[in-house]
Amino acid sequence: MIELLASVADTNRLWYALPLVVSVSLVYGATRHELVGPILNNAFRAAVWIGGFMAIIFVILMAISWWV
Amino acid sequence: MPTEDGAPANDEMIEVDLRNPAVAAVWAWVCPGAGHIYQRRYAKGILFMVCILGTWFFGLSLGNGHVVYASWAKDDHRWQYFCQLGVGTPALPAIVQSQRAKKGQEPLFGGWMAPPKNVVNYESRDDELSQWHLKYHSFFELGTLYTMIAGLLNVLAIYDAYAGPMVVTSEEKPDKPPPDDQDDS
Repeated sequence: MIELLASVADTNRLWYALPLVVSVSLVYGATRHELVGPILNNAFRAAVWIGGFMAIIFVILMAISWWV
Repeated sequence: MPTEDGAPANDEMIEVDLRNPAVAAVWAWVCPGAGHIYQRRYAKGILFMVCILGTWFFGLSLGNGHVVYASWAKDDHRWQYFCQLGVGTPALPAIVQSQRAKKGQEPLFGGWMAPPKNVVNYESRDDELSQWHLKYHSFFELGTLYTMIAGLLNVLAIYDAYAGPMVVTSEEKPDKPPPDDQDDS
């Protein structure tokens, strides 16, 4: 349990992913659309997709570190 | 269809004036967003400039200017620089620093973007690259990642400046019904 808490406490560095996700989503959205509205819409969906993907990987890695 | 006030309802209906796409692509490489500003696509130009340069300089600051350098020395093949080079002019000082290092001259700007000295593939206190890793810990890798992604994002921006947005227009949809043939009869 301590290892599990320690792994969660060490997630502070995950905050460094936030500006990267925002930047990547906005640029990706801007290469798909020309108007600000659709760009922001696409960027939001891309950010959710990236966040979800990261969350799944995070849970898998945490489960592995807990079991092993 | 345009809305009642004449504005286009979505960006599929916008015709983008790319001016000279090759010139715009070169500008987009020289400075992120500049190609779009040349094409008078100001909003996107500013968006690209802020996002890409913001990512670039944040990454650079994480590693105190050491995460971007050009080196193809025996024990230090800095392949990451090829990704970082996508950002254009902001990555070029690394080439100047690399050339100075090859000539045995002292680096400029206090070693900013200069290749590390005495890189070896075994433990050594003289190995400057190892000292950077020791000093900045994971921020060295994080800064490298940020600057690489900034360079790769600018490749997308360059493509957008050259060819316009990758919107799937109604003309490209395969299941579009043919034009009114029955009217010909």
